[in-house]
Amino acid sequence: MDYFLQQMINGLTLGGVYALVALGYTMVYGIIQLINFAHGEIFAAGGYLGVIFLSFLTANGFMETHPGLGVGLSLVLSMGYCAMLAMAVEKVAYKPLRQSSRLSVLLSALGMSIFLQNGLMLTQGVYDKAYPTEFTHGGFDFGAIRVSYMQIGILAVTALLLVALNTLVFKTRMGKAMRATAQDKVMSALVGISANKVISMTFAIGACLAAAAGIMVGLYYGSVRYDMGFVPGIKAFAAAVLGGIGNITGAMVGGLIIGMVEIMAAAYLPMGGQYKDVFAFVILIAVLYFMPTGIMGENVDDTRV
Amino acid sequence: MTRGSRVWMLFALAMGWLFLLLWPLLGIHPDGALTFAEAFAVWWKIALAALCCFVVFRLSRLGVFDAVTRPLARLTRGVGRVYSSSPKWMFLVPLMAFALAYPFFTDRYAQDVAVNVLVYICLGLGLNVVVGLCGLLDLGYIAFYGVGAYTYALLSLHYGLSFWLCLPICAAFAAVAGCLIGYPTLRMRGDYLAIVTLGFGEIVRIVINNWMTLTNGPNGILGIPPPSLVVPVISDGGLVLETVVMRQLSYMYYIILALAVFTVVAVRRLNFSRIGRAWEAIREDETAAELMGVNTFRFKLLAYAMGAVFGGLAGAFFAARMRFVSPESFTFIESAMVLAMVVLGGLGSIPGVILGALALVALPEVFRQFELYRMLVFGGVMAVMMLVRPEGLWPAARMGKRSDDEG
Repeated sequence: MDYFLQQMINGLTLGGVYALVALGYTMVYGIIQLINFAHGEIFAAGGYLGVIFLSFLTANGFMETHPGLGVGLSLVLSMGYCAMLAMAVEKVAYKPLRQSSRLSVLLSALGMSIFLQNGLMLTQGVYDKAYPTEFTHGGFDFGAIRVSYMQIGILAVTALLLVALNTLVFKTRMGKAMRATAQDKVMSALVGISANKVISMTFAIGACLAAAAGIMVGLYYGSVRYDMGFVPGIKAFAAAVLGGIGNITGAMVGGLIIGMVEIMAAAYLPMGGQYKDVFAFVILIAVLYFMPTGIMGENVDDTRV
Repeated sequence: MTRGSRVWMLFALAMGWLFLLLWPLLGIHPDGALTFAEAFAVWWKIALAALCCFVVFRLSRLGVFDAVTRPLARLTRGVGRVYSSSPKWMFLVPLMAFALAYPFFTDRYAQDVAVNVLVYICLGLGLNVVVGLCGLLDLGYIAFYGVGAYTYALLSLHYGLSFWLCLPICAAFAAVAGCLIGYPTLRMRGDYLAIVTLGFGEIVRIVINNWMTLTNGPNGILGIPPPSLVVPVISDGGLVLETVVMRQLSYMYYIILALAVFTVVAVRRLNFSRIGRAWEAIREDETAAELMGVNTFRFKLLAYAMGAVFGGLAGAFFAARMRFVSPESFTFIESAMVLAMVVLGGLGSIPGVILGALALVALPEVFRQFELYRMLVFGGVMAVMMLVRPEGLWPAARMGKRSDDEG
């Protein structure tokens, strides 16, 4: 039982991270129907920026005096950086292709993903970069269950960001504009919503969430790699599809399911640890086979999918 | 503000933005130092190149280069007309002669590149069946290549089967894999299909990577026998059958050339058969095709299987030539590469795919000294090509727009 609860918490942590990345996919897909392949690379860039800022702060002795503030500052700076990066990618690679076929935009996104990945490799090197993680040791013990400060931090930041996003999308004017554009671009343009602004905003918000996820993954595992964006990226996309793409709540649920399944499979199935990356896709294919629009997807006619 | 100055202001803004993006990656050091020189050294080169491109772009917009581009456009049109009006064999015969004579006047390196190009032509044409003809976006195509390669590697090592016997078996195994992947995805369309095929590709790679007892995992399989041929040789005693082990690169070149020619002919025959028409109907409008009596279920499955066959053949060849297989060779980036060939060349167009394979495999060899930047440029070119020529280098003659592209 204790073991199960421990795995539950691990799964929740991982699922929260997937959910953050999945939101970026689902929001962009909801508005311009594009699988933003470069999103995984934004996530990796977020992780790298985290290393860069944290190392800088550690070297200057800032982390010793204000560890919490230092992490928070790195998080915010890295989120801001990734927002700028995502808006640049959108302007360069997606905006000129608004009127072209699906496949062209998809390939442009694929190209952008390869470009960013290699850009990261060229500027940061091919080897793993270690996070300065002296401040992450320790945790609470509840009986036999151990929850590290790291996990609490990740869960808290994830929850905070998810609440902030929900407020933004469902309570503010900007969120209303985003929902309107997602539903009908022409009509929302007629009532004076600038589609370009909304799309830029969507990319920026998604990138912020991905950057936060990147830092947390980096802190959790202790290092980052230039190609770390690909596998979590497609798993997060699988999570978005699983929840019903374009649906924000769905992406959160999908992310949690994928994280849980992965951890539980690794813990309980024979050879589960080696094959853990497979389960995300197996569950995706299984769900899509019976529910072609995902768990929370709208019940649309086949032709629109 | 005039339009002209506005454009330049946006350009300056973009360059400033680029510097802001570059600086944290290059200018903040883990030892706590901040520098600007390194980021600037990279930035000004990019800025200068971008400025040149931008100036050329603006000038061509103003029509400065019309004197050059107009006659050039007329020339390409003229060449196109001559090409389409003269019989095809006039171009095919010299081309085939060149391909056959190729190993006699080139060195090892050039043959190596040619073999690579031919392997990718097979792969590209196979994927072209799925994506170009049937309109099913497959992002896990390289899995079939892997299935073919591992099938040959295992059969030849454990059961001593010859390469020629293995070829059809590899093709059959790949076709079965194609059906296995195709069957659950038949109800999905567009982007859902893309992500599920991507997932399948990853599943195959992870399984190969982890099934230690069968595939030797990440270490790969070593010592795969090369193909051999039994040829009659006239020696002093009369006619004797002798086994020639085709270890030389030029032998391998002819094998893959034969496979590539087979693929071209097969894909062409498929394209202009009833099956090909059905595929194209599905590509253009699946619902309409179904209403007109096309059994979309069967034809989509067939497209997967047929596409996989060519991937499997290329895979078997790959294993025989490298004499080593490992999961490293079957990553997503390879799938992306093959897809990029198909789309750069022109969806559904056989000469286009061949051109795409040439452009993406042979051209980078010319720039070997920039090895580090190769993938960076590849990604960039992929994005830029979509902006300037989304229909590909050599578009197919019959090509419509998918009905679900609207909106």
